[in-house]
Amino acid sequence: MAIAQDGMTRSSAAFLPLDADRKRRLIVAIANSVISHVDELTTLDAAIGDGDHGHNMKRGFDAALQDLDALSAMDLPDLLKAIGTKLVMKVGGASGPLYGTLFLALGKALPPEPSRSDAAAAFASAIAAVRARGKSNAGQKTMLDVLIPSCEAFSSGSDLAAVKKTAALSAEATASMRATRGRASFLGERSIGHVDPGAKSSSLMIAALCDLLRDA
Amino acid sequence: MANVGIVIVSHSPKVAEGAADMVRQMVGQEVPLAWTGGDPSGGLGTSLEAITDAIHRAWSEAGVALLVDLGGAETNSEMAIEMLAEEKRGRVVVCNAPIIEGAVIAATEASGGATLATVRRTAEELSP
Repeated sequence: MAIAQDGMTRSSAAFLPLDADRKRRLIVAIANSVISHVDELTTLDAAIGDGDHGHNMKRGFDAALQDLDALSAMDLPDLLKAIGTKLVMKVGGASGPLYGTLFLALGKALPPEPSRSDAAAAFASAIAAVRARGKSNAGQKTMLDVLIPSCEAFSSGSDLAAVKKTAALSAEATASMRATRGRASFLGERSIGHVDPGAKSSSLMIAALCDLLRDA
Repeated sequence: MANVGIVIVSHSPKVAEGAADMVRQMVGQEVPLAWTGGDPSGGLGTSLEAITDAIHRAWSEAGVALLVDLGGAETNSEMAIEMLAEEKRGRVVVCNAPIIEGAVIAATEASGGATLATVRRTAEELSP
Protein backbone atom coordinates (compact mmCIF):
# COMPACT_ATOMS: atom_id res chain seq x y z
CA MET A 1 0.00 0.00 0.00
CA ALA A 2 1.27 3.43 -0.88
CA ILE A 3 1.70 5.70 2.12
CA ALA A 4 1.93 9.39 1.41
CA GLN A 5 4.94 11.30 2.63
CA ASP A 6 4.47 14.13 5.04
CA GLY A 7 3.31 17.10 3.04
CA MET A 8 1.15 17.42 0.01
CA THR A 9 3.46 15.81 -2.50
CA ARG A 10 1.38 12.68 -2.96
CA SER A 11 -2.05 13.84 -1.97
CA SER A 12 -3.81 11.29 -4.14
CA ALA A 13 -2.12 8.35 -2.41
CA ALA A 14 -3.58 6.66 0.65
CA PHE A 15 -2.64 8.84 3.61
CA LEU A 16 -3.64 6.79 6.63
CA PRO A 17 -1.92 3.47 7.26
CA LEU A 18 -4.64 0.91 7.23
CA ASP A 19 -3.69 -2.69 7.80
CA ALA A 20 -5.14 -4.27 10.94
CA ASP A 21 -1.95 -3.80 12.91
CA ARG A 22 -1.76 -0.10 12.12
CA LYS A 23 -5.44 0.38 12.86
CA ARG A 24 -4.83 -1.28 16.21
CA ARG A 25 -1.88 1.02 16.92
CA LEU A 26 -3.96 4.02 15.90
CA ILE A 27 -6.75 3.15 18.34
CA VAL A 28 -4.32 2.37 21.16
CA ALA A 29 -2.33 5.57 20.58
CA ILE A 30 -5.38 7.82 20.63
CA ALA A 31 -6.98 6.04 23.57
CA ASN A 32 -3.76 6.11 25.60
CA SER A 33 -3.13 9.76 24.82
CA VAL A 34 -6.25 10.48 26.87
CA ILE A 35 -5.99 7.67 29.41
CA SER A 36 -2.38 8.52 30.33
CA HIS A 37 -3.41 12.12 31.03
CA VAL A 38 -6.56 11.36 32.97
CA ASP A 39 -5.40 13.14 36.12
CA GLU A 40 -4.19 16.22 34.26
CA LEU A 41 -7.49 16.50 32.36
CA THR A 42 -9.44 16.06 35.55
CA THR A 43 -7.38 18.74 37.30
CA LEU A 44 -7.96 21.17 34.43
CA ASP A 45 -11.68 20.45 34.53
CA ALA A 46 -11.82 20.78 38.31
CA ALA A 47 -10.46 24.33 37.93
CA ILE A 48 -13.19 25.60 35.59
CA GLY A 49 -15.77 22.85 35.29
CA ASP A 50 -17.14 19.83 37.09
CA GLY A 51 -13.90 17.88 37.29
CA ASP A 52 -15.00 14.79 35.44
CA HIS A 53 -13.53 15.24 31.95
CA GLY A 54 -10.54 12.91 32.43
CA HIS A 55 -12.51 10.08 33.98
CA ASN A 56 -15.39 10.45 31.54
CA MET A 57 -13.10 10.27 28.52
CA LYS A 58 -11.19 7.37 30.03
CA ARG A 59 -14.44 5.43 30.42
CA GLY A 60 -15.17 5.94 26.73
CA PHE A 61 -11.72 4.94 25.51
CA ASP A 62 -11.50 2.00 27.93
CA ALA A 63 -14.62 0.69 26.19
CA ALA A 64 -12.90 1.10 22.82
CA LEU A 65 -9.79 -0.73 24.04
CA GLN A 66 -11.93 -3.61 25.29
CA ASP A 67 -13.12 -4.09 21.72
CA LEU A 68 -9.72 -3.62 20.13
CA ASP A 69 -9.73 -6.85 18.11
CA ALA A 70 -13.15 -6.24 16.60
CA LEU A 71 -12.41 -2.57 15.93
CA SER A 72 -9.07 -3.31 14.25
CA ALA A 73 -10.80 -5.71 11.87
CA MET A 74 -13.23 -3.02 10.64
CA ASP A 75 -12.55 -0.72 7.74
CA LEU A 76 -11.64 2.84 8.72
CA PRO A 77 -15.11 4.42 8.39
CA ASP A 78 -16.80 1.68 10.44
CA LEU A 79 -14.02 1.74 13.02
CA LEU A 80 -14.40 5.49 13.54
CA LYS A 81 -18.18 5.23 13.74
CA ALA A 82 -17.90 2.39 16.27
CA ILE A 83 -15.55 4.44 18.46
CA GLY A 84 -17.87 7.44 18.13
CA THR A 85 -20.81 5.35 19.28
CA LYS A 86 -18.85 4.07 22.28
CA LEU A 87 -17.91 7.62 23.30
CA VAL A 88 -21.52 8.72 22.97
CA MET A 89 -22.78 5.82 25.05
CA LYS A 90 -20.07 5.63 27.70
CA VAL A 91 -18.62 9.07 28.42
CA GLY A 92 -21.62 10.54 30.21
CA GLY A 93 -20.68 14.22 30.05
CA ALA A 94 -21.08 16.74 27.25
CA SER A 95 -17.77 15.52 25.86
CA GLY A 96 -19.40 12.18 24.98
CA PRO A 97 -21.76 13.55 22.35
CA LEU A 98 -19.16 16.09 21.22
CA TYR A 99 -16.26 13.68 20.71
CA GLY A 100 -18.72 11.00 19.63
CA THR A 101 -20.00 13.33 16.94
CA LEU A 102 -16.43 14.09 15.86
CA PHE A 103 -15.61 10.40 15.36
CA LEU A 104 -19.00 9.57 13.82
CA ALA A 105 -18.67 12.42 11.35
CA LEU A 106 -15.11 11.41 10.46
CA GLY A 107 -16.38 7.89 9.83
CA LYS A 108 -19.12 9.19 7.59
CA ALA A 109 -16.83 11.48 5.61
CA LEU A 110 -13.72 9.33 5.15
CA PRO A 111 -13.38 6.68 2.45
CA PRO A 112 -11.77 3.37 3.55
CA GLU A 113 -8.36 4.44 2.19
CA PRO A 114 -8.30 8.21 2.33
CA SER A 115 -5.81 10.49 0.62
CA ARG A 116 -4.44 13.44 2.54
CA SER A 117 -6.98 15.72 0.88
CA ASP A 118 -9.78 13.28 1.82
CA ALA A 119 -8.53 13.43 5.41
CA ALA A 120 -8.48 17.24 5.38
CA ALA A 121 -12.01 17.43 3.98
CA ALA A 122 -13.28 14.89 6.52
CA PHE A 123 -11.61 16.77 9.38
CA ALA A 124 -13.35 19.97 8.27
CA SER A 125 -16.76 18.34 7.98
CA ALA A 126 -16.35 16.64 11.38
CA ILE A 127 -15.55 20.03 12.92
CA ALA A 128 -18.72 21.43 11.37
CA ALA A 129 -20.66 18.59 12.99
CA VAL A 130 -19.09 19.33 16.40
CA ARG A 131 -19.92 23.02 16.01
CA ALA A 132 -23.54 22.14 15.33
CA ARG A 133 -23.73 19.62 18.18
CA GLY A 134 -22.26 22.06 20.70
CA LYS A 135 -23.93 25.16 19.20
CA SER A 136 -20.47 26.64 19.53
CA ASN A 137 -17.74 28.28 17.53
CA ALA A 138 -14.11 29.34 17.68
CA GLY A 139 -13.07 31.67 20.49
CA GLN A 140 -15.38 30.28 23.16
CA LYS A 141 -12.64 28.35 24.99
CA THR A 142 -13.60 24.86 23.82
CA MET A 143 -12.17 21.89 21.93
CA LEU A 144 -12.96 23.82 18.73
CA ASP A 145 -10.15 26.23 19.57
CA VAL A 146 -7.73 23.34 18.99
CA LEU A 147 -9.59 21.46 16.26
CA ILE A 148 -10.09 24.45 13.96
CA PRO A 149 -6.48 25.74 13.84
CA SER A 150 -5.15 22.16 13.64
CA CYS A 151 -7.42 21.45 10.70
CA GLU A 152 -6.33 24.67 9.04
CA ALA A 153 -2.66 23.74 9.49
CA PHE A 154 -3.26 20.25 8.14
CA SER A 155 -5.31 21.49 5.19
CA SER A 156 -2.71 24.08 4.23
CA GLY A 157 -0.13 21.32 3.86
CA SER A 158 1.85 21.72 7.08
CA ASP A 159 3.88 18.67 8.02
CA LEU A 160 2.59 16.59 10.88
CA ALA A 161 5.14 17.92 13.37
CA ALA A 162 3.81 21.41 12.64
CA VAL A 163 0.19 20.26 13.00
CA LYS A 164 1.05 18.73 16.36
CA LYS A 165 2.72 21.96 17.46
CA THR A 166 -0.26 24.01 16.31
CA ALA A 167 -2.55 21.78 18.38
CA ALA A 168 -0.37 22.11 21.49
CA LEU A 169 0.01 25.89 21.19
CA SER A 170 -3.71 26.31 20.50
CA ALA A 171 -4.57 24.35 23.64
CA GLU A 172 -2.24 26.57 25.69
CA ALA A 173 -3.78 29.65 24.09
CA THR A 174 -7.20 28.77 25.52
CA ALA A 175 -5.80 29.80 28.92
CA SER A 176 -6.15 33.47 28.05
CA MET A 177 -9.69 33.06 26.72
CA ARG A 178 -12.87 33.73 28.63
CA ALA A 179 -15.27 30.79 28.37
CA THR A 180 -18.63 31.61 26.81
CA ARG A 181 -19.85 28.06 26.27
CA GLY A 182 -20.09 25.08 28.60
CA ARG A 183 -19.95 25.02 32.34
CA ALA A 184 -16.76 27.11 32.45
CA SER A 185 -18.84 30.01 31.13
CA PHE A 186 -20.55 30.18 34.55
CA LEU A 187 -17.21 31.39 35.92
CA GLY A 188 -17.06 34.36 33.56
CA GLU A 189 -13.78 36.24 34.05
CA ARG A 190 -12.56 33.60 36.47
CA SER A 191 -12.30 31.10 33.60
CA ILE A 192 -9.35 33.14 32.29
CA GLY A 193 -5.96 31.72 33.20
CA HIS A 194 -6.88 28.05 32.89
CA VAL A 195 -6.39 25.79 29.86
CA ASP A 196 -9.67 24.35 28.66
CA PRO A 197 -9.80 20.60 29.36
CA GLY A 198 -11.57 19.79 26.08
CA ALA A 199 -9.00 21.78 24.14
CA LYS A 200 -6.29 19.86 26.00
CA SER A 201 -7.78 16.43 25.27
CA SER A 202 -8.14 17.38 21.60
CA SER A 203 -4.50 18.41 21.42
CA LEU A 204 -3.42 15.16 23.09
CA MET A 205 -5.32 13.08 20.53
CA ILE A 206 -3.98 15.12 17.61
CA ALA A 207 -0.42 14.77 18.96
CA ALA A 208 -0.81 10.99 19.24
CA LEU A 209 -2.24 10.77 15.73
CA CYS A 210 0.53 12.94 14.25
CA ASP A 211 3.25 10.92 16.01
CA LEU A 212 1.79 7.65 14.80
CA LEU A 213 1.42 8.78 11.21
CA ARG A 214 4.93 10.23 11.12
CA ASP A 215 6.32 6.92 12.28
CA ALA A 216 4.24 4.96 9.78
CA MET B 1 -55.35 11.20 21.97
CA ALA B 2 -53.02 10.47 24.87
CA ASN B 3 -51.39 13.29 26.79
CA VAL B 4 -47.86 14.43 25.99
CA GLY B 5 -45.22 12.57 28.03
CA ILE B 6 -42.61 14.25 30.20
CA VAL B 7 -39.00 13.15 30.73
CA ILE B 8 -36.73 14.70 33.36
CA VAL B 9 -32.97 14.46 32.72
CA SER B 10 -30.65 15.62 35.48
CA HIS B 11 -26.99 14.98 36.22
CA SER B 12 -28.20 13.89 39.65
CA PRO B 13 -30.64 10.97 40.05
CA LYS B 14 -31.83 12.58 43.29
CA VAL B 15 -32.74 15.82 41.51
CA ALA B 16 -34.46 13.92 38.69
CA GLU B 17 -36.44 11.73 41.05
CA GLY B 18 -37.36 14.67 43.28
CA ALA B 19 -38.53 16.72 40.30
CA ALA B 20 -40.61 13.73 39.16
CA ASP B 21 -42.18 13.52 42.63
CA MET B 22 -43.18 17.18 42.32
CA VAL B 23 -44.70 16.53 38.90
CA ARG B 24 -46.68 13.53 40.19
CA GLN B 25 -48.01 15.62 43.07
CA MET B 26 -49.39 18.06 40.51
CA VAL B 27 -50.74 15.76 37.80
CA GLY B 28 -51.00 12.30 39.37
CA GLN B 29 -51.01 9.56 36.74
CA GLU B 30 -52.53 11.65 33.94
CA VAL B 31 -49.23 12.23 32.19
CA PRO B 32 -46.66 9.60 31.14
CA LEU B 33 -43.57 10.49 33.16
CA ALA B 34 -40.03 9.16 33.38
CA TRP B 35 -36.82 10.46 34.91
CA THR B 36 -33.16 9.64 34.59
CA GLY B 37 -29.96 10.86 36.21
CA GLY B 38 -26.37 9.72 36.52
CA ASP B 39 -23.61 8.81 34.09
CA PRO B 40 -23.00 5.24 32.84
CA SER B 41 -20.91 4.52 35.96
CA GLY B 42 -23.49 5.92 38.35
CA GLY B 43 -21.69 9.21 39.05
CA LEU B 44 -23.09 12.66 38.42
CA GLY B 45 -23.75 13.02 34.70
CA THR B 46 -26.11 11.67 32.10
CA SER B 47 -26.30 8.56 29.97
CA LEU B 48 -27.58 8.53 26.41
CA GLU B 49 -28.79 4.97 26.84
CA ALA B 50 -30.70 5.83 30.00
CA ILE B 51 -32.23 8.91 28.35
CA THR B 52 -33.36 6.82 25.38
CA ASP B 53 -34.91 4.32 27.78
CA ALA B 54 -36.70 7.11 29.66
CA ILE B 55 -38.14 8.49 26.41
CA HIS B 56 -39.56 5.06 25.64
CA ARG B 57 -41.02 4.71 29.15
CA ALA B 58 -42.77 8.08 28.88
CA TRP B 59 -43.74 7.51 25.25
CA SER B 60 -47.00 8.99 24.05
CA GLU B 61 -48.40 9.22 20.56
CA ALA B 62 -48.80 12.93 21.30
CA GLY B 63 -45.04 13.23 21.81
CA VAL B 64 -42.59 13.65 24.65
CA ALA B 65 -41.14 16.83 26.17
CA LEU B 66 -37.72 16.64 27.86
CA LEU B 67 -36.66 18.91 30.69
CA VAL B 68 -32.89 18.91 31.29
CA ASP B 69 -30.45 20.61 33.62
CA LEU B 70 -26.91 21.41 32.42
CA GLY B 71 -24.69 21.06 29.32
CA GLY B 72 -24.24 17.33 28.91
CA ALA B 73 -27.86 16.61 29.83
CA GLU B 74 -28.95 18.76 26.90
CA THR B 75 -26.32 17.48 24.46
CA ASN B 76 -26.92 13.84 25.36
CA SER B 77 -30.69 14.37 25.11
CA GLU B 78 -30.43 15.94 21.66
CA MET B 79 -28.26 13.07 20.50
CA ALA B 80 -30.67 10.50 21.98
CA ILE B 81 -33.52 12.11 20.04
CA GLU B 82 -31.57 12.02 16.79
CA MET B 83 -30.88 8.33 17.30
CA LEU B 84 -34.58 7.43 17.78
CA ALA B 85 -36.50 5.66 15.03
CA GLU B 86 -37.56 8.12 12.37
CA GLU B 87 -41.28 7.90 13.16
CA LYS B 88 -40.62 8.93 16.77
CA ARG B 89 -37.83 11.46 16.29
CA GLY B 90 -40.08 14.33 15.21
CA ARG B 91 -42.28 13.98 18.26
CA VAL B 92 -39.66 14.47 20.97
CA VAL B 93 -38.33 17.89 21.99
CA VAL B 94 -35.94 19.37 24.55
CA CYS B 95 -37.54 22.35 26.29
CA ASN B 96 -35.30 25.34 26.96
CA ALA B 97 -36.62 25.81 30.48
CA PRO B 98 -35.51 25.41 34.10
CA ILE B 99 -35.70 21.72 34.90
CA ILE B 100 -37.99 21.64 37.93
CA GLU B 101 -40.33 24.54 37.21
CA GLY B 102 -40.33 23.52 33.56
CA ALA B 103 -41.25 19.91 34.32
CA VAL B 104 -44.09 20.89 36.64
CA ILE B 105 -45.60 23.48 34.29
CA ALA B 106 -45.10 21.31 31.19
CA ALA B 107 -46.79 18.35 32.87
CA THR B 108 -49.65 20.54 34.07
CA GLU B 109 -50.16 21.80 30.53
CA ALA B 110 -49.88 18.24 29.18
CA SER B 111 -52.47 16.95 31.66
CA GLY B 112 -55.02 19.24 30.04
CA GLY B 113 -54.46 17.59 26.67
CA ALA B 114 -52.28 20.32 25.13
CA THR B 115 -50.21 19.56 22.05
CA LEU B 116 -46.45 19.03 22.25
CA ALA B 117 -45.86 22.48 20.76
CA THR B 118 -48.03 24.11 23.41
CA VAL B 119 -46.45 22.13 26.23
CA ARG B 120 -43.02 23.21 25.05
CA ARG B 121 -43.99 26.84 24.58
CA THR B 122 -45.52 27.02 28.04
CA ALA B 123 -42.38 25.60 29.65
CA GLU B 124 -40.13 27.88 27.60
CA GLU B 125 -42.06 30.99 28.70
CA LEU B 126 -40.25 30.47 32.03
CA SER B 127 -36.95 31.29 30.32
CA PRO B 128 -36.43 34.98 29.57
